[in-house]
Amino acid sequence: MDMTINTQAEENSAGTHQEARKIVSIDDLSLVFETNDGPVNALSHINLDIHAGDFVSFIGPSGCGKTTLLRVIADLEHQTQGSIQVDGTSPQDARLNRLYGYVFQAPALFPWRTIAGNCKVPLEIFGMSKAQQQRQIDKYLDLVGLGDFHKKFPWQLSGGMQQRASIARALSFEPELMLMDEPFGALDEITRDHLNLELLKIWRETRKTVVFVTHSIPEAVFLSTHIVVMSPRPGRIAKIIKSPLPRERTLEDRESPEFMALAHEIREALANDHRIN
Amino acid sequence: MFKSLQKSQAAALTLMVLALLVIWYIGALWLNSDLLINGYERRNIDWSFSQLVADAYSMKRPLLPTPDQIGAELYKSIFDTKIDSKRSLVYHSGITLSSTLLGFVMGGLLGILLAIGIVHNRTLERSLMPWVITSQTIPILAIAPMIIVVLGALNFTGVLPKAIISMYLSFFPVTIGMVKGLRAPDKLHMELLATYSASGGQLFRKLRWPTALPYLFASLKVAIAASLVGAIVGELPTGAQGGLGARLLSGSYYGQTVQIWAALIVAAVLGAVLVALVGVLERKINRRMGVAA
Repeated sequence: MDMTINTQAEENSAGTHQEARKIVSIDDLSLVFETNDGPVNALSHINLDIHAGDFVSFIGPSGCGKTTLLRVIADLEHQTQGSIQVDGTSPQDARLNRLYGYVFQAPALFPWRTIAGNCKVPLEIFGMSKAQQQRQIDKYLDLVGLGDFHKKFPWQLSGGMQQRASIARALSFEPELMLMDEPFGALDEITRDHLNLELLKIWRETRKTVVFVTHSIPEAVFLSTHIVVMSPRPGRIAKIIKSPLPRERTLEDRESPEFMALAHEIREALANDHRIN
Repeated sequence: MFKSLQKSQAAALTLMVLALLVIWYIGALWLNSDLLINGYERRNIDWSFSQLVADAYSMKRPLLPTPDQIGAELYKSIFDTKIDSKRSLVYHSGITLSSTLLGFVMGGLLGILLAIGIVHNRTLERSLMPWVITSQTIPILAIAPMIIVVLGALNFTGVLPKAIISMYLSFFPVTIGMVKGLRAPDKLHMELLATYSASGGQLFRKLRWPTALPYLFASLKVAIAASLVGAIVGELPTGAQGGLGARLLSGSYYGQTVQIWAALIVAAVLGAVLVALVGVLERKINRRMGVAA
């Protein structure tokens, strides 16, 4: 069953993107966690290609391995079988080359630094000059709408603003690839809609590749060019759906028939898989 | 609301001090009267209670001096005596303070260095930690004279041997606190820096050290008080020429209880001031690090 789904999925993504460069290329990758209760198959026989400029969402119920897969791309976890290439090299080299910016579920800001100070952390680590640091921060804090909050400390900001600061921090050193792990999961729906719009805008303006983990179907449909539907036990790809929606989207598009159809297709894929289990 | 709270706090404090003074005076009468009554009876003097009270509160070498006697002694040996005189408590405090501070700085640095080593190296942790703990189970009163004597034989005299005893006492809380503090960063913050491929040094400067600072200040407060105790203990055994410890010792040689109590009070105030100073530094750093007031 897995095999047929994966072959189908591969055709789907390979057929549509011959011209763009492959940023992530995953081949028959599996990951088994050894726990006290015995081995857990977090990821099983994953095949996936992500091309430059794509906005790819991983969606699925908890325990389907979507975050783990993102962490494998980021070199925070390591596969036990199969292979993965990130920008033509190993995930480790990609990390050392500062290819990606990672946005966690929580903002993960340092409480002892101001918002500007937090965004400077990666730039300081990369040895950027002070003037250059300031330029980057000015640019990206403006981009996420925090231009007036440079000197505020994280606790003085709302959760949504903190998460925007963490996005500015990930953008500040202009990585090619953005890895985002349910960045808006902890926010209320209104803030979430707003940040989704902003994220789309940033994605279009910066022409980055985004890999986005979510458990919200509307969010996945609204944002993505490709939706990877995953299912648990063992964590695997159930279906890869290419979005027919245009890149320019507004919140009103969420009421369009195309949007509804796509959401339905994802829901179907998630439900089908439960029946198999 | 806040003001009235402050007011009631001040009232409670005043009440407690008053209660303490009353208990002290009753205690002084009770403890000193035995001695006095024995004296009256030996000399066959008729005595009244009021005479007993008056005598108990004005003995030259009472078992327990009264607060006003101690206050008078404090005033005399702080304000009415030349600062460079051996009878001046300012002079003695200065000597004790210098070895306290030197020992505190050395102990603080040693404590931090040990903690850094322990946090970054498993072998160091396993080989050092037992010794760090054992060092504190040795009674300081037993080891202090030996440190002074050994260092004296090596021609180290004056402030340094006492400072080493202070260091011996003060490095421990700093090591324990900093090992915990340097290990306190969230997993998420650690992973964030891992995604930037930060080096060990960068991880330390950007994350471990700032995370550990609150732990450092908590330990420094304990350490500076321990450092003062170490300096005084270092002045006790060898007949040091100056310092609050020497003052305490000479007081007890000659039964000068008032002098002992005065030195004790100065030591206590000195300790409180030193801890408060560390607290001031802490608040300063906290403000810079954006801790909500």
